[in-house]
Amino acid sequence: MGIIEANHISYEYTRRDDEGTVLEITRALDDVSLDVHQGEFISILGGNGSGKSTFAKHINAILFPTEGTLFVDGKNTAEPENTWNIRQEAGMIFQNPDNQIIGNVVEEDVGFGPENMGVPTEEIWERVYEALKTVGMYEYRKHSPNKLSGGQKQRVAIAGVVAMHPKCIIMDEPTAMLDPMGRKEVIRAARALNDVEKVTIILITHYMEEVIYSDRVFVMDQGRIALSGTPKEVFSRVKELEELRLTLPQATLLAEELKKAGLKLPAGILSEDELVRELCALAGRRI
Amino acid sequence: MSWCGSFALWRGGEYKDNRDGQMGIIINHLSYVYGANTSYEIRALDDISLKIEDGEFIGLIGHTGSGKSTLAQHLNGLLKATEGELFFNGENIYEKGFDMRALRFKVGLVFQYPEHQLFEETVFKDVCFGPKNKGLGKKETDLTAFDALQKVHLPEKYYFSSPFELSGGQKRCVAIAGVLAMKPEVLVLDEPTAGLDPQGRKEILTLIRELNHAGTTVILISHSMEDVADFVGRIVVMNHGRVLMDGTPGEVFRRSEELEEVGLSAPRVTRVMKKLKEQGFPLREDVTTTEEAAREILKVRQLFGGV
Amino acid sequence: MLRDITLGQYYQTESVIHRLDPRTKITATFFYIISLFLFNRVSVYALAFLFLGSVIALSRVPLSFIFRGMKSIVFLLLVTVVFNLFLTPGYPLISFWRFTITDQGLIIASFTATRLIFLIVGSSLLTLTTTPNNLTDGLERLLNPLKTFRVPVHEVAMMMSIALRFIPILLDETDKIMKAQLSRGADFEHGNLIKRAKNLIPILVPLFVSAFRRANDLALAMEARCYRGGDGRTKMKPLRYQSRDRIAYGILVLYIAGIILAGRFSPI
Repeated sequence: MGIIEANHISYEYTRRDDEGTVLEITRALDDVSLDVHQGEFISILGGNGSGKSTFAKHINAILFPTEGTLFVDGKNTAEPENTWNIRQEAGMIFQNPDNQIIGNVVEEDVGFGPENMGVPTEEIWERVYEALKTVGMYEYRKHSPNKLSGGQKQRVAIAGVVAMHPKCIIMDEPTAMLDPMGRKEVIRAARALNDVEKVTIILITHYMEEVIYSDRVFVMDQGRIALSGTPKEVFSRVKELEELRLTLPQATLLAEELKKAGLKLPAGILSEDELVRELCALAGRRI
Repeated sequence: MSWCGSFALWRGGEYKDNRDGQMGIIINHLSYVYGANTSYEIRALDDISLKIEDGEFIGLIGHTGSGKSTLAQHLNGLLKATEGELFFNGENIYEKGFDMRALRFKVGLVFQYPEHQLFEETVFKDVCFGPKNKGLGKKETDLTAFDALQKVHLPEKYYFSSPFELSGGQKRCVAIAGVLAMKPEVLVLDEPTAGLDPQGRKEILTLIRELNHAGTTVILISHSMEDVADFVGRIVVMNHGRVLMDGTPGEVFRRSEELEEVGLSAPRVTRVMKKLKEQGFPLREDVTTTEEAAREILKVRQLFGGV
Repeated sequence: MLRDITLGQYYQTESVIHRLDPRTKITATFFYIISLFLFNRVSVYALAFLFLGSVIALSRVPLSFIFRGMKSIVFLLLVTVVFNLFLTPGYPLISFWRFTITDQGLIIASFTATRLIFLIVGSSLLTLTTTPNNLTDGLERLLNPLKTFRVPVHEVAMMMSIALRFIPILLDETDKIMKAQLSRGADFEHGNLIKRAKNLIPILVPLFVSAFRRANDLALAMEARCYRGGDGRTKMKPLRYQSRDRIAYGILVLYIAGIILAGRFSPI
């Protein structure tokens, strides 16, 4: 059984004016079905307003589907008694690193989740140290969060969720506000969690380069899943991606140009190293 | 190489050959130190000398804390250098009697996440804030605000709605229009694409290029080489408060090892070309865009089994 | 840099006083302040001075650091002294123009000044030796009995600690918004009071919008991390009295007893 099972979920919200008259009804999610297995690394791509963040909030039982059902680890999110279990099992990282750190000291912030769950004091400390080590922020445990870089703050936020021992972590555009170095740090931490701790990761982003390591990619557009498959499968559908207004990685674009001109490159090239390797292979050289 | 250089300059818009030293910005041995003589003294800028010509399109690159934003705040006089001088159109801005406020109308500075500064009830009113401060009359204020909103391609139906109801990308356009409405000669933008999706990024960058084509000098601050490579005529790389490199994109990206040492990286296509060259293929490595790279590789297509 | 401002002026060092439980320190400060107002006698002040002096010595906070904090109250101190000096009736000592200094005036002025200095130094010692977090924790625990009267003690403490975290961020943000509006030609320095107040709107509106956005984000993040109020929560850093706290309470009791004895029975 999958850790996350979304069966035809839709979500509508209504905008009203001051008198309560309905101004418009927006369908933010439209018949989304998706299965995630324990231990997978999933990416959800899409532009602003594609519904990807709305979907993320459903997994954490912050929003509830207007149609369809969503199960997290076999528990229906729509049932209120499941809320706290779900939030503990499916942790969530948000976009703005400043607005999700509660503690005034790094270690206190990481301990916030376990405190809420009623974990005994000694175990909180074990969890906090272990979580901080996982994301490589142990040396900063006594620091004030205000003095950290964006990437470091985001890693502290990840540690805060890891300390709750979730089965799954949803990251809602965790890199959107970071510089390239911070982005790398966060993606590296996410991959390490998936590889070593076997935590299921759902990464929501609009940076194509960040999804090439995931097991499966879902591309969302106007509340629907427009494309899905392995990164290779998805990235070989260049035309469709461009229609969805997503910018392809430069290596994929270059490979596409060369293919158009008649070079016999395989479809779905993701990284620069892969492109160099394939070009060398065409020239009969091996590296 | 020279071909590439001039190509890059041409792409950067109207590059005027201006050697009389009167127009533009001249930064002369500028340093900025805060917390001087204390234990936490920081040299945010360290002996910067630069000449920015009229009509140029410059990419100012560096990682967080390299001093690029601090430098930007010197250009319109928000920060005052602790050492050195800054000339705007031939005038020393630190001289007694220089009108700092007038400088702020000539050098428009768009901060990071500029949409966070919107405050008026309507988009139009907010854009009027700059021209009104400039002391323009009602009619002229309205005209310049309208003109600025046209330039950022905001659909007219939004002009009189609240700026807080717009989407992220639209809000940013309004904020940029708010600075454009002052009709600045030089436009400095600090990470104008931060936090936007690919479509939003493309729109903002295209908009900036249009402004440069129309004659505005543009300084684009970014940490994304790929965003900048396609657009600018000149790149200035900063590190630890100093200017590390200054040249055309081709010249700068060729030094990819040095860039990586300071936590930056050349665009992916440049790295692909470099790696292919290391494998012995006769290719140029100062290529900065996908189209150029494809053209270069296809010149020797027979090597890769092409016809 | 606005981010470097530390609130409450905590002085980082290792000392017995720093290690004391915040509840001990809050209680001691409370009774110390009361002790200053019980009697107006030289012997009482001498005892208070002795007590304060030993605590300062134990705390290892440099005297210069303590007196730097006094600068802000110099004006208040001067006003109090001058008023007491000239306006207290009694036997005139010195007289010039319209002013007269009386013996009573001199005594009351010096008592008030001493009391004020002792008061400020004593309470600033609390913030100098206790981190803001510890202080909120201590207050929460001390005020815990009020929960039976439906006082939201935990919520107030949580609000205080969140405020401590966000004040530097909002100060930074104010700085940024101010610079952004200056770049659009805003003028904060000229004009009369009403005009200046009006000029603050371009700063205040974005600041409020941002504060609300942050509050909204934070509430979401806290809920996502299973926060549901104080019930059922455990503490990562629970407050536990140590033997040094028991000794400190002993000393406090002795001090208060000493003050009462001195106030009642000493001749001066």
